[in-house]
Amino acid sequence: MTMLSIEKLNVWFGTGRDRVDAVKAASFDVGAGESFGLVGESGSGKSTILRAITGLAPTWSGRITVDGRAIERTRPRAFYKQVQMVFQDPYASLHPRHSVDAVLGETLQLHGFKDIDARVVRLLDDVGLGQKFRFRYPHQLSGGQRQRVAIARALAPEPQLLLLDEPTSALDVSVQAEILNLLADLRQEHGLTYLMVSHDLSVVGHMCDRLAVMKDGEIVEIMNVAALRAMQATHPYSQHLLQASV
Amino acid sequence: MAERTLRQWLLTDTPTSRRHAKLSALYQGWLAFRSNTMAMVGLCILLALVLIAMAAPLLAPHDPFVQNLGNRLAPLGSEGHLLGTDSLGRDILSRLIYGARITLYIVALVALIAPVVGLLVGTVSGYVGGWVDIVLMRITDIFLAFPRLVLALAFVAALGAGIENAVIAISLTAWPPYARIARAETLTIRSSDYISAIKLQGAGGLRIITKHIWPLCISSLIVRVTLDMAGIILAAAGLGFLGLGAQPPSPEWGAMISEGRRFILDHWWVATMPGLAIFIVSLAFNLLGDGLRDVLDPKAGE
Amino acid sequence: MDTLLDIENLWVKFPTRQGIFDAVRGVSFTLGRERLGIVGESGSGKSMTGRAILRLIRPPGMVEADHINLDGVDLLQKSEKAMREVRGERISMVMQDPKFSLNPVMTIGDQIIEAYRLHSTASKSEARTKALEMLEAVSIRNPERVMRAYPHEMSGGMGQRIMIAMMLIPNPEILIADEPTSALDVSVQRQVLDIMDKLVKERGMGLIFISHDLNLVADFCDRVLIMYAGRIVEVCDADKLHDAQHPYTRGLLNSLPRLDTPRDRLDVLTRDPAWSDTPSVSGRL
Repeated sequence: MTMLSIEKLNVWFGTGRDRVDAVKAASFDVGAGESFGLVGESGSGKSTILRAITGLAPTWSGRITVDGRAIERTRPRAFYKQVQMVFQDPYASLHPRHSVDAVLGETLQLHGFKDIDARVVRLLDDVGLGQKFRFRYPHQLSGGQRQRVAIARALAPEPQLLLLDEPTSALDVSVQAEILNLLADLRQEHGLTYLMVSHDLSVVGHMCDRLAVMKDGEIVEIMNVAALRAMQATHPYSQHLLQASV
Repeated sequence: MAERTLRQWLLTDTPTSRRHAKLSALYQGWLAFRSNTMAMVGLCILLALVLIAMAAPLLAPHDPFVQNLGNRLAPLGSEGHLLGTDSLGRDILSRLIYGARITLYIVALVALIAPVVGLLVGTVSGYVGGWVDIVLMRITDIFLAFPRLVLALAFVAALGAGIENAVIAISLTAWPPYARIARAETLTIRSSDYISAIKLQGAGGLRIITKHIWPLCISSLIVRVTLDMAGIILAAAGLGFLGLGAQPPSPEWGAMISEGRRFILDHWWVATMPGLAIFIVSLAFNLLGDGLRDVLDPKAGE
Repeated sequence: MDTLLDIENLWVKFPTRQGIFDAVRGVSFTLGRERLGIVGESGSGKSMTGRAILRLIRPPGMVEADHINLDGVDLLQKSEKAMREVRGERISMVMQDPKFSLNPVMTIGDQIIEAYRLHSTASKSEARTKALEMLEAVSIRNPERVMRAYPHEMSGGMGQRIMIAMMLIPNPEILIADEPTSALDVSVQRQVLDIMDKLVKERGMGLIFISHDLNLVADFCDRVLIMYAGRIVEVCDADKLHDAQHPYTRGLLNSLPRLDTPRDRLDVLTRDPAWSDTPSVSGRL
C-alpha cells in the first residue's frame, strides 16, 4: 500500500525573470510503514519537496497523494493529523518564550484532544525526556533535548507520515545516535512512515529502506539501501556522492 | 535559611508546575536587570515618582493652587518655600509634586494607546501581507510624514485644548514608529521554523499573531516605549508650553515652564525647577529602557 | 621537528552567576610544521582553545596559561597592540561560516587588498597582483571576475576559499581553522581541504584544524587531540584514530552510522563522570 505518492511535482519560487525552479518533475512513491530517504547537496531541492507536501511552499504543480487522497491547495486540519514534520534546526523550531508544556499542550488542544495533561506526560515519556523537562523553556534544554521536544510535538496528533528534514545535522554525533535510535524505535512502536531528507548518506543508509538522489531539483536516481551499501549507484552523480562520503 | 531555599526554588532548572516556571523565568529576568546599575537608578527614580504622586497631599507643604500675591517670585530656599514661589505666589515644590500626577497620567495613557495601536497594525500588516500590508503601511507613512508636534497641534486645535486631548494627539502621532518596528519583527518571525511548526498543527492566523508573534514583539516595543517616554513627556510639556495642553491653573510641568519664561532672566528658578523635573524623569525612563533592552531583547539575550 | 607553538596549562574561564565556568581546563600541547586536529563535541572547549591562542576571548572571559609560546615568545605577555600584529601576520584564523567573516558591502578584491596592505607596505598594484595570485592558489578559476564580485554572489565553497586566500596572503606561520568545512557540501569540502593541505605543505605552515567530524580529522590531519569537557582526554596519530583507546573516543566512533557495517541500533555514548575529572593529557611532543 502506498502512503505517499508524488507525481511530476514542480515547485518554484518567484515569478517572471526571478523565477527559480527548486524542484522539477519529481516522482516517487513511499509505501506505508516504509522509510524513504531524499539525499542531495544543499540547493538540490530535497527540503523543498517536504515543504510542498506540508503547504509551506505554496507554489507547486503536479500531484501529491497521501494515503490515497490527493492534496488540495488548502489543507484541512485532518491533513495535519496525518502528516507531521520535524525541522532541521532544533534551536529555531521551538518558540523561545513557550515552555515544553505550552508547546505540547497547544498542539494537543489544536487537534481537539481532551485529556491534554495525560497526553503531555505520555509524549514526554515516549521521546525519553520524562517529567522534569515538562516546564522548562527551550533555553534550558540542550540541542538533543530540544529535538526530542520537536519530535514529541510532531507525534502529538498521532500522525501516520512523519517528514524529517535533516533531523540530526545540527547535533553532535553522540546525540545524533540517540535521536536516530529514538526515531527508529518510534517508527516500530507507532507503525510510522518516514520521509527523511539528509545530506549524509550514512545516516540515510542507516535509517531508510530506499532513497532518491537529487541534483539541481531533479531526482537522478532511486535505489534501495542494499545497492547503496554495495556502492552500486548507476547515475554518475550518485557515484560521485558515494565516493565523497566514504 | 528560608530566603536561601526560596532563591534555590526560583533558580531551579527543573520547575515543577506552570506557575513555578513562570516565576522562575521572571526572577531570572529580575536578576539580570538588577545587575545593571544605571537601569536600577532609573527604576528607583520612577518608583519614587509614583510614590510622590500617590502621596502628594501628604508631601506637599502647601496647596498648589493657593495664591499669595504678597509673596510672589520668592527665591529658592525662602522660608516655607524650598523651591521658591511663582508669579502668583504659589509654592513651586507643591506644584511639582502635584504635577507628577499629571505627568504619570499622560505617560500611562500614551503608553496604553500608542504601542497597542502600533502592535496591532504592525503585526497584522506584517503577517497578512499583500494589499492589507500596502494599505496599512501607507497610512502609517502618512502619519510618519508629518512632524510630530505639528500634527499634535493640528489635532489639539481640532479637538480643543486640554490634557486628555493632548494625550490623544500625542498618541496619534506616536504609534507609527511602533507599527514599523512590530512589522519588521513580524516579518522575521513569520518565516521562522517555530511559526512553520505551529502552522503545521493547523493553527489559524489569529492564534499565530496573538499567541506566537505578539509575545516576541512586545518586549522590543516595551523597550522602545520606555526610551520614547522622554520624548512623550517633552511633547506633552511642549503642548503645555504652547498653551494647548493642560490649562492653568493645572500644575503641569510644561505649562509651568511656559508661565515661568516671562521671568527667566530675573527669576530663573520659576522655569528651571519644572524643567529639571522633566529632565530627571526623562533621564530615568531612558536609563530604564536601556536596562530593559538588555533583559527583554530576545536577540541580545541567549 | 621544530616547534612553532608551545602551550602549557591553558585555561579559559568565564565568570557566571553560578560561579566561574571553566571552558578550557589546563590544556597543554605543541604544534610543529604539521596538521594538528582538535576534535570534540560542542561545548568541549575546542573552539575556545583556538580563540584563546589568539587572545580572542571576549571579556569577561579570561585566558590563563603558564605560557603560550610562539617561537619562544610568550603571547600572553604581549600588549594588545603587539597581539594585533601577531593576528593575521603570524597566526591566521579561518572561521566556520564565510558569510559572517566577509564585509557584505565591499568587493572581494578590495577586501583582500585591504587585508594585505594592513600588514605590509606594498603599493596598491602590488597588492592587487598578490591578491590575484592568492585567488589562483586557492583554485579559483576566474580570479579577475571574483575580485569584482560581492560576497553574496559567492557560494559557500567559494566564500571559504576566499577566506583562506585572505588569511594566507600575509604568509602566516600558523593557520587555525575552526570548522572550516562544516557549512559546505561533501564534494566541496574535499576541494577546500585539498587546497589547505597543499598550502600547508608548500609553505611549511603549522595547521590547527578544529572539527567535530572524527572521520574528516582522521583522514586529513597528522596528529589529533580529543577534547572532552575542556580537557584533552586522548592524543593520537590521526591514522591510528580508529584504534583509539579512550572510551570517549571509542564511543564517538561507534555512535557514527556506517555504510559498510549496517546495524539495527547505534551505540549510545554513556558518559562517565570520571572522564571530566581525570587531568588533561599532554599533547606536547
